[in-house]
Amino acid sequence: MYQILKAEQLADKIYLMDVKAPRVARSCQPGEFVIVRMDEKGERIPLTICDFDREQGIVTIVFQIVGASTLRMAGLKAGDAFQDFVGPLGQPSEFVKEDLAEVKGRRYLFVAGGVGTAPVYPQVKWMKEHGIDVDVIVGAKNKDLLILEKEMESVAGNLYVTTDDGSYGRHGMVTAVIEDLVKDQGKHYDVCVAIGPMIMMKFVCKLTKELGLPTIVSMNPIMVDGTGMCGACRLTVGDEVKFACVDGPEFDGHLVDFDEAMKRQQMYKTEEGRAMLKAMEGDTHHGGCGNCGD
Amino acid sequence: MDVLKKVPVREQDAKVRATNFEEVCYGYNKEEAMEEASRCLKCKNAKCVGGCPVSINIPGFIKEVEAGNFEAAADVIAEASALPAVCGRVCPQESQCEGQCIRGIKGEPISIGKLERFVADWSRENGFVPKVTAEKNGHKVAVVGSGPAGLTCAGDLAKMGYDVTIFEALHEPGGVLTYGIPEFRLPKSAVVQPEIENVRKLGVTIETDVIIGKSVTIDELMDEEGFEAVFIGSGAGLPKFMGIPGENANGVFSANEYLTRNNLMKAFREDYDTPIVAGKKVAVVGGGNVAMDAARTALRLGADVHIVYRRSEAELPARVEEVHHAKEEGVIFDLLTNPVEILTDENDWVKGIKVRKMELGEPDASGRRRPIEIEGSDYIMDVDTVIMSLGTSPNPLISSTTEGLEVNRRKCIVADAANGQTSRPGVFAGGDAVTGAATVILAMEAGKHGAQGIHEYLSKKAE
Repeated sequence: MYQILKAEQLADKIYLMDVKAPRVARSCQPGEFVIVRMDEKGERIPLTICDFDREQGIVTIVFQIVGASTLRMAGLKAGDAFQDFVGPLGQPSEFVKEDLAEVKGRRYLFVAGGVGTAPVYPQVKWMKEHGIDVDVIVGAKNKDLLILEKEMESVAGNLYVTTDDGSYGRHGMVTAVIEDLVKDQGKHYDVCVAIGPMIMMKFVCKLTKELGLPTIVSMNPIMVDGTGMCGACRLTVGDEVKFACVDGPEFDGHLVDFDEAMKRQQMYKTEEGRAMLKAMEGDTHHGGCGNCGD
Repeated sequence: MDVLKKVPVREQDAKVRATNFEEVCYGYNKEEAMEEASRCLKCKNAKCVGGCPVSINIPGFIKEVEAGNFEAAADVIAEASALPAVCGRVCPQESQCEGQCIRGIKGEPISIGKLERFVADWSRENGFVPKVTAEKNGHKVAVVGSGPAGLTCAGDLAKMGYDVTIFEALHEPGGVLTYGIPEFRLPKSAVVQPEIENVRKLGVTIETDVIIGKSVTIDELMDEEGFEAVFIGSGAGLPKFMGIPGENANGVFSANEYLTRNNLMKAFREDYDTPIVAGKKVAVVGGGNVAMDAARTALRLGADVHIVYRRSEAELPARVEEVHHAKEEGVIFDLLTNPVEILTDENDWVKGIKVRKMELGEPDASGRRRPIEIEGSDYIMDVDTVIMSLGTSPNPLISSTTEGLEVNRRKCIVADAANGQTSRPGVFAGGDAVTGAATVILAMEAGKHGAQGIHEYLSKKAE
């Protein structure tokens, strides 16, 4: 069992937890992820690593309620435990493995959207720890859904916050901020790292392709085992089929087939929706709607 | 009794079992087992033993069964195998022990598999654990993967006195026995888990949720955690696809995914969270044991199921018994048929597959007659789900994080078949990670050889 040391709600439907998982904490790197299973009957859910403390053996995860399992998980408190917490999975971000001098010679732009702010944080933190100042754009639907602003501020070179409805920071999408920085302010970047909802990454890539700005995205498809066994997480990158769990999750965003990936993400929508209603409504779920066959 | 014929084994009725996940074969009871055992000629130079990859003393245990000494029979099997309840169910006996049986020349061979299964089931039901004497020698060995290769290797090493820890990436031990082979062929809580418990009782520790190569590397295990040798039995790995258009559509699954959702995650049970797309009309592409397992699983989830295979029935790689069971249950075989495209609807869901008829030509490198396309024979099969069961290619997690570990051009780990020795001193390997996808019993054989190899290596080192 993997004990939860802290559980905190960051925003509507978004939760942060500190989990005791020494093996993962000792070896994880920015870019990687974990899979958790709440209890015997729960799904294996891939989750973002938001932070880690190697000495204390603690890994911080952030997740959003998207289905029955994450809804149940949101009910966990400090002192509870996950039955399983396995990782790290996937490949570390490219810059972790590259020659530091080369990385230092580049200008990085990080673009985070919604709950995608969580996996961007450890990457920006890594940059800060290695003496590299980077520009960071964080976008959220509105002020209430903005997460980790203070944390990001403490590690980013320049932080640009924007909300879709203008309730906080700038008014508009992250793409508008990119355009402003590159076109209006004339800033030059060598690499963009964009992590957020699939649709955001798609539009960021569309823009950066026009700008000639190489862009790395982090994909979060459906997975079962997460270790390269089931193939559920396959996606098309250029002419190749890749497995996000062992080849990714980070890929060249200009080569990813986002439309296919988005359709694949919908595969279990009906089943998930049904399971979520059941989880929310409990015993009162079976109201004779006629759709469930009972 | 006709000595030329096997004592028949009772099975669940085909129509009934096609709708449930309970075990198909009931196995022998005491009387049936003793009667079947009496058919054995107890050959002095028993050919069957040579046909068994782990060399069980077959006439030895059958003699005890005939006499009703089931504990003694279990002790004889335990000398060679840690997983008899599993092997009695899933070994291809027809091409191994039973294929060599002298009785089989004139009549039917002895039902060795069913007898092995009986002894193992009897032991479990009667709480009998074969005794093993092992004085701890204080040497630590790590085993990667808790499938048939890893469990066998760990069990054998523990019996020699080693302090063994198995590292398993998934949340349940058992490897393919747990995630791959379905409940109706290999019951999990009744058969697999007790068998793993028996390995634990030998003193083996199993740590789940650890991915070797990621959570901790082989080098760290040896340099920092004090393991003197490592056996890699990490299994087969990434599923293969055909590379035809439409393969990433919704409703196309690898057999690995389909079976893992159902077996490991128990998607067939209402009270578990993991979903599965059951499908109304399912095409399973491939003809191996895994394809049969996927087809029979889909059938039990309520689908009409077709096996689509590009060669003829004679070339089906699956065991005859599995093909026979699948047919009995209502799986339809579309042989000499090969998919060329998966057709999708406007939401990118599968709505059919375009297939091409094939004919058999000259034998190819595998010795089987090569399938050749028949021009202009394309037609469309109306299906909503496609399960690709085309085999696997090795997982790169360990080879890519262990320096100096040699792999071949198929990315399988290179290891000596006799003792499992790899290109790295102290590191041994066996099973599907070395050979590519094969059978449970061949993985067990490799585990056995690996244990012997590790024992020799560490004994020499100690001198």
